[in-house]
This record gives sequence, structure tokens and C-alpha cells, in this order.
Amino acid sequence: MSTVNAALPGVFYRRPAPDKDPFVEEGSAVSEGQTIGLIEVMKTFTEVKAETAGTVQRFLLSEGDEVEAGQGLAEVEEP
Amino acid sequence: MSGLRRVLVANRGEIAVRIVRACHEAGLEAVAVHSDADEHARWVRLADHAVRIGPSPAAKSYLDSAALLSAAREARVDAVHPGYGFLSENAEFARAVREAGLALVGPPAEAIELMGDKATARATAREAGVPVIPGSEPVADLDFAQAAAAEIGYPVLVKAAAGGGGRGIRPVSSPEELAEVLPAAQAEARSAFGDDTAYLERSLTRPRHVEVQVLADDHGDVVHVHERDCSVQRRRQKLLEEAPAPGLRERTRELLADSAVRLARHVGYRGAGTVEFLVDADENVHFMEMNTRIQVEHPISEAITGVDLVAEQLRIAAGEPISFRQDELTRTGAAVELRINAEDPDRDFAPCPGEITELDLPGGPGVRVDTGLVRGDRITPFYDSLIAKLICWGADREQAFARARQALRELRIEGIASTIPLHRRLVEDPDLLAGPVHTTWLEERG
Repeated sequence: MSTVNAALPGVFYRRPAPDKDPFVEEGSAVSEGQTIGLIEVMKTFTEVKAETAGTVQRFLLSEGDEVEAGQGLAEVEEP
Repeated sequence: MSGLRRVLVANRGEIAVRIVRACHEAGLEAVAVHSDADEHARWVRLADHAVRIGPSPAAKSYLDSAALLSAAREARVDAVHPGYGFLSENAEFARAVREAGLALVGPPAEAIELMGDKATARATAREAGVPVIPGSEPVADLDFAQAAAAEIGYPVLVKAAAGGGGRGIRPVSSPEELAEVLPAAQAEARSAFGDDTAYLERSLTRPRHVEVQVLADDHGDVVHVHERDCSVQRRRQKLLEEAPAPGLRERTRELLADSAVRLARHVGYRGAGTVEFLVDADENVHFMEMNTRIQVEHPISEAITGVDLVAEQLRIAAGEPISFRQDELTRTGAAVELRINAEDPDRDFAPCPGEITELDLPGGPGVRVDTGLVRGDRITPFYDSLIAKLICWGADREQAFARARQALRELRIEGIASTIPLHRRLVEDPDLLAGPVHTTWLEERG
């Protein structure tokens, strides 16, 4: 199991826009480098990418939660 | 001030400080609001009372209309000042404030709606006899768009009707590119603004951005407070503004002012607003949009006229007339504003949150600093990157810029990167000092 951590402090989003579906659902497979969320810092959005291929077990934060740099965002189970 | 006693300052940062000051000077109580991140902020300490409105992310605090209305009830205010950004141009919020029996320090919801949709705003301006940029009606489909673009002439801009503040705009230089860009632009507009209506506009070559400050009251009076030039931009965001617009013909100045007043009158405007125009090299004037709120760069208009725009907003909201007549307004000297942002010029202007370990502000004749921060405060990642506005007035433009150079020598901000190095280059730039420059000048020179 590996954890995807926030590179920046800010606000975490699981969706590309409020009326869109999440980038990935819990339990879904992701490939290395796939976007799984966004962090907003002062109105600038940075993509959060999966560091390894695997299955997203669960997200550790909800849509719109504030996040500290280095904080865990999601747990990925490697195959 | 008759009719008003206590005002909710429904914003944060430097504009919240500005509004608290204006309230106190008018003999009104000011009630601040704050998110968790802003609990100990400067405007909270300066206000008479403060209400927590939610967690740090803006969507859960400063953008939460219900939280603000409940703060207004709790603090028993009789007016709400929305500042700029956040809910300041939200017609539903304006309506909700009025339905709660409170005065909004801003225009009627109907005027916000008319000007908020950029396609409707264009049509309204045309009705009012204000020159607009050649463009299309809202685009129905690609055939319609390509026919309209052929008529307007390439290059054209694809614009989101619900966009604004420089967002939701894409340049296109051929029918093929239009076919490619239009669906993407519509999708982007839907996700960013919840509305995929788009229209086309001629892309003017190297225009200047010149805007006119207006005030309108409930007694039928509409006045202008002269123009500002905001052509120094990066990615369509303003970095340095001047008043008056340098080197503009007197006839053009009058046309801009008359057009702005005519539009404000036509839409039944009330309060402070700004009508933005693009001015081409031949000084043809084209309406761009109207911002139905106080603007970041309002202090330069105050500097050259002596008008306190936020005090006028409060007077108007209280049902009083504007404190002066158009023919009583005089313009003296020149002013320049520098927007110092927490962005790193060496890292492509990436925003950089962090703690401000040193904040030494400039002073002296003609120098004004508006900031919501003190030393030891943190610039958090939740809001915009504005640290401070440096406003320098001089008897003429040369003196205003000389004071800006000295003010930048004195200004020290440590702990975080800022745009000070960029502003130091700007105020010494021979092109800018010779003036005027156009909206793509800064980006073209790299």
C-alpha cells in the first residue's frame, strides 16, 4: 500500500469541476501518472497524479477539504 | 449617516480594511467576517465586532451566501458591503440581501444580471448608444460561428458569455481553428461558469485597456470619476494601473466618460461601477464589460480627484445623494498603483504561500499603502495572492513614477517571494515611462 501525498498546501478536489464526475472512484484501477485530483493554491490548480499503478483503496480527504503539504490524499494498493 | 448604523463587511484582505475604515469615518459600526484561516486578521481586529463564517476554503466561507446572511442576522447589521470578488457580482446574493430587509452596498440585482452576462451586456451597451467591439450574437452552432467570424474578420476571440475578469477567452485565427476551439471553449465555459453560451468578438491589435469609474445614486444622478489605464497586464491580470490614462486625446476622454455615464443610466445603475473599454491605436473606443462593484484599482481615481469612493458607496446605499456634482469634480496630477502579489517571478509567477517575516511599508508625501496584512501573518493558499497595493500620487506623471520608484526602494517583504522585482523593472522601463503601452506589451517583451 502506498499513499499519495500533497506536494502543496491548499484545497483538495476530487472532481475537475463541481458538476463533473470524480477523476477516479474508490476501488478503481489507476495507471502511473494518472490524475486523481486537484489542489488549488491561490486560484491556481495543480494536478495530483498517482505515483504508481494500482487500485485506489480510499481517499483520505473529501471534496473541498483543506490540505497541508505532505498530507496523505489517497491510498493506492499496488498489484 | 441617516438610515445606516452597522455594516457587514462581507469580504477579506485589504478591501475589508478599506471598508472598515470608510465605515468608521462615516460614523458607522463595522462587523467583520472571517474564515478559520483569517481568525486573527487585521480587518477582524479593526472592526467593532467579528463573526466566524466557516472553514478556510472560500467555498465554505466567503462564498457561502447562507453563512454571510446568518452572520448579518446575528450581528444585526442593516447593510452588507460585498467588496470585490467573492459574491460581489452575484445577483442571487444581492437579491437575498435585499429580501432579508438589508441594504446592499451595491447595484440592483437586475443591473448585475444585465452586465454579468457578457453577451447581454454587449447588446445592452449597443442599445444605450455605446460603441461595442464588432462581434456576434451568442453562437448557435459551428456554421453560425464560422459565418459570423468571416463577417467580423479573423483573428477573433471566442468568449464565454458568463466569463469575466479576463477568464474564458480564446483567440482563433482561422475557420479550421474555430472548428477545433469552439467545442472546447463551450465545454470549458460550462464547467467554469455553469453556462456554455459563447460569442465571437474581433480581436483588436494591441489595444489599450481604459476604464471609467462611475457613481450613480437613487436621486437620478450619475457621474464619472475619470478614467484609469490598466494596460500593463500579464495573462490578462492587471499588474500596474494609472490615472489619468496617459497621452489620451481630450476628445477620447470625453467620449469614454460620456459612454460610461450613458450605459450606467440606461441600466438603472446604483452605487460604484466601472465600465471597461478597449482603445485602439487610432483611439477608436469599444465597450468591453461593466464591473458592478468597487474595483481593486479604485484608489488611483481617489488620488487624482480627492473623492472617497467607498464613502460615496455607503452614502448611496443609505439613500443619500452623491456628495458632489459632476461640474464640481476636478482632476489633479497623476497616480499609479502597483499590485504586489505573492507570486514568484523566477518560477513563472507561481503563487507562494508562507509566513511574512518582515513587512516594512513605504511612506512619504503622495504614498498610500492598502494591505490586509501585518508582519507575522501567513499568506494562506485559500485566497488570491494580493499582498498590498502601493498607490503613488504626483503633481504630474513623472513625479508619481519617481515616488513609486522610491516607495519600491523602501518596501521590504520577507519570508515569501513577491512581484516586487518585476515592479522595480516596470517603474524604470523606458517604454512604459514614454507611454502609452498596450495590453500585450508586457508579454511580448518577455
